[in-house]
Amino acid sequence: MLQKIEKYLGLMPKNFTFTANDNVCIIKKKQNKFSKIIMDKKPIIELDEVVIKFSGDSGDGMQLTGTQFSNTSALIGNDVSTFPDYPAEIRAPQGTVGGVSGFQLHFGTKQVFTPGDYADVLVAMNPAALKANMHWVKPGGTIIVDTDSFTPKNIEKAGCTEADPLKSSKFGDFNIIEAPITTLTKESLKDSGLDNKSIVRSKNMFALGVVYWIFTRPLEYTEKFFDYKFSKKPEIAEANKTVLRAGYNYANTIEAMPSYRVNPARIEKGTYRNISGNVATAWGFLAAAEKANMPLFIGSYPITPATEILQELESRRDMGVKAFQAEDEIAGIVSAIGASFTGNMAITTTSGPGLALKAEAIGLAVITELPLVIVNVQRGGPSTGLPTKTEQSDLFQALYGRNGEAPVPVIAASTPSNCYNYAFEASKIALEHMTPVILLTDGFLANGSEPWKIVGANQLPEIKPRFYKGQGNYMPYARDPETFVREWAVPGMPGNEHRIGGLEKMDLTGTVSYVPVNHQVMTDKREEKINRIVNVIPLQKIEGDTDADVLVIGWGGTYGHLISAVTELREEGHKVALAHFNYIRPLPSNTEDILKQYKKRIVCELNLGQFAKYLRMNYPQYNYAQYNKVQGLPFTVVELKETIIKLINE
Amino acid sequence: MAQVDTLQYTPKDFKSDQEVRWCAGCGDIAILNAVQKAMAQLGHKKEDYAVISGIGCSSRFPYYMNTYGFHGIHGRAGALASGVKIANPKLSVWQITGDGDAMAIGGNHFIHEIRRNVDLNILLFNNQIYGLTKGQYSPTSKLGQNTKTSPYGNIDNPFNPGELVIGSQGKFFARAVDVFIDQAVEIFKIADQFKGTSVIEILQNCVIFNNGVYEHLTSKEFREERLINLEHGKPMVFGANKNKGLKINGFNLEVVTIGENGITLDDILVHDAHNPDPTLHLKLINMQYPQYPVALGVIRAVEAPTYNDLMDQQIATVTAKSRYKKLDDLLFSGNTWEVKE
Repeated sequence: MLQKIEKYLGLMPKNFTFTANDNVCIIKKKQNKFSKIIMDKKPIIELDEVVIKFSGDSGDGMQLTGTQFSNTSALIGNDVSTFPDYPAEIRAPQGTVGGVSGFQLHFGTKQVFTPGDYADVLVAMNPAALKANMHWVKPGGTIIVDTDSFTPKNIEKAGCTEADPLKSSKFGDFNIIEAPITTLTKESLKDSGLDNKSIVRSKNMFALGVVYWIFTRPLEYTEKFFDYKFSKKPEIAEANKTVLRAGYNYANTIEAMPSYRVNPARIEKGTYRNISGNVATAWGFLAAAEKANMPLFIGSYPITPATEILQELESRRDMGVKAFQAEDEIAGIVSAIGASFTGNMAITTTSGPGLALKAEAIGLAVITELPLVIVNVQRGGPSTGLPTKTEQSDLFQALYGRNGEAPVPVIAASTPSNCYNYAFEASKIALEHMTPVILLTDGFLANGSEPWKIVGANQLPEIKPRFYKGQGNYMPYARDPETFVREWAVPGMPGNEHRIGGLEKMDLTGTVSYVPVNHQVMTDKREEKINRIVNVIPLQKIEGDTDADVLVIGWGGTYGHLISAVTELREEGHKVALAHFNYIRPLPSNTEDILKQYKKRIVCELNLGQFAKYLRMNYPQYNYAQYNKVQGLPFTVVELKETIIKLINE
Repeated sequence: MAQVDTLQYTPKDFKSDQEVRWCAGCGDIAILNAVQKAMAQLGHKKEDYAVISGIGCSSRFPYYMNTYGFHGIHGRAGALASGVKIANPKLSVWQITGDGDAMAIGGNHFIHEIRRNVDLNILLFNNQIYGLTKGQYSPTSKLGQNTKTSPYGNIDNPFNPGELVIGSQGKFFARAVDVFIDQAVEIFKIADQFKGTSVIEILQNCVIFNNGVYEHLTSKEFREERLINLEHGKPMVFGANKNKGLKINGFNLEVVTIGENGITLDDILVHDAHNPDPTLHLKLINMQYPQYPVALGVIRAVEAPTYNDLMDQQIATVTAKSRYKKLDDLLFSGNTWEVKE
């Protein structure tokens, strides 16, 4: 038994030791906390955290499999972070590395901030999935493969050099579970009466069953899911459940591995649900509309990876949302501007190329000073770039990508669930300051999910739109002397008829004006209005040591990786701090106080250094080191730690 | 739409305090007067009108109207007006656009708003030239026409706007002329009462860059013989003596003279603007001088569900059945779990 357990130690974090005799296995954490598990037939080892990656052909149902494992884990109380990684093609050539679809998830008894760098367990449904992902498995990790898929043809399609990659010496470090998944799936459904194609399609559930057994997860949530999803096709629901149980029982029978338990996370009390970044964004807008007591209008055009926001809000016509799928990106934003002029809370959603198409219209919202939120779910660029991969390279486009002097507040969400808060915040700023606001998220946040402690309506502040209360004497460009915000009169209000538009307007009256000095006045006021938003945004927070050797600076979707790196470095005895920005324009008023507090600063971002350049422009008196990556992938915690340590030692 | 019988407006109520800055003699001025006249008679409250435009000479229109107005960006008037109407279907929305704004840079929005049948009125000022940029050819300029960007003759095949409307499954198409104000006022009123996207092509003279483009049709000496006014339910007759008419011959229209070759009034087609089949409407739209008279009036008016009504009805149906009455109903629905201390 001792030898057997040793083999699986790859699953355990480095700071564990273990001893074992015939009946008892003690897994001991080096910090003197230990668990004692009775090994009856099935040894159970307690772990703090695990990373699993499901991978297969893009038609193999890996996203569903991963989502099911995540939801089950969240429902039994683990903290979870997920990262779907799929090809741009809906059905890329079958069996090739380009067609591999993956779903990585990280769950733990403690708070997890990222989907994890390296996997403890890899499920590879074919040779291509194995080839694409094996270098992302931890040394000593477990790889579960469907041996039925390792035919000479598939091996060739995957571009493997060896005739049988499973026999490769490279696998010496891994615990390989070779399971004839397709055969066993067919066997378990031989009496189901289903056709071969439907039977083979459920093989992902066999893999899920195996992994459920390994990590002692209950099957009931997934079983209920199938009962609900296929309530009209009970034979399909039954087939999936049968295969799930077959996988579970198979793992139990072969005793391929010990079983692991990851206890519920010790997290703040409250009501939780799992939520993805895109759904959180959509719900943040619903929340804002309710708190502003206004109808919500979305004018959008589908674009990866932003489409789910539109889809969710189309579904929320059942809450009165006026969701309009326009004919193109431009019509999306312009219809939203029309709705805003008419007194709706208006938003539009897009990704990088779509933001480029919307640029002229954003300028129209700037000069007309109408509230509008533009969501840019960033992806790899330029042009079509990497549509399904994450990046932070639209920062400059958001800040500056318009003709003329066209200042727009830019804010960025930093976790899948706080997309809710920042969608709400973007709406509040737009409505209370009569301005378009750009909300930046990214593909990583949009598709990633995590448990979210639900923020209900009563925990949110009121939003007070700036409607004109009078009848008559309305001056469209009269401003509040403190905030420089104009008031809003909308069609249907008697006595306040007025005209606005893209031509420069006379101060106060809003009539067309070509007066040179007036253009200066209006340009200055529009700029100042945005600058004064600094008075209502929160101060920038610092996490970590106030006397740190290095201040790590990030923004947007990289928070999980940066805070993990900083936390781990501090646990290892380094003095590090993190300033992670959500408010980009304007920057919080204490930004300079923070920058000057530290000797070394490093700006880490998934682009070639746009935020670093922005800080240099605003605070040129300081030096900024940079760590940049543009591979369409999130940072790894490991690479961040190495980079930061290097800077500390410099 | 809010109909208020007791409202007594005059065209003057719809004039803004802004000086009209179109060129003297511009057809736009006449159209502005016609719209103000129509609006005064329609019975909507003044605050319920929204006049929305894109870019171009015609698109300055909202500034001269004492209503809610929005001067948008080039080509996007259709998207802007759609957003306004969907956001508040009680408004009477008037989209002002030109041949370039609607059919060149804004072609995509134009065809899609028509296809959706959003309930608004599109006044398409067709002067067959780019006026604001001073004289380049437009998507309706004639083949061979010399302009600043076609100095050797235009080789860019023109659109017939009505044909594009039919191709976009349009439900309402009318043609008016800037110099026939009374007819224009009547057409605008019919268009406003019509539920759906009403496209009114207005043959409009650009006095500077394309002067006289319609004169061979509209001048006093020619108009009776070269134009035909179509009215639903009435025979398609024209001519100074009302003795010419249109008759079907095979798959084609034929101009005939009543009293010649045994033709009587009974042989003349009676205009049916309400026929859902657009075949004959398209033939009428495509009639060109000299083979045919050019058709004016409401050529097609076929009632169909509007996008904004369908949206409102769907929202009413699904909200009535919805489990989510408030935000919290949604947030706490589905798979949630409690974490206790």
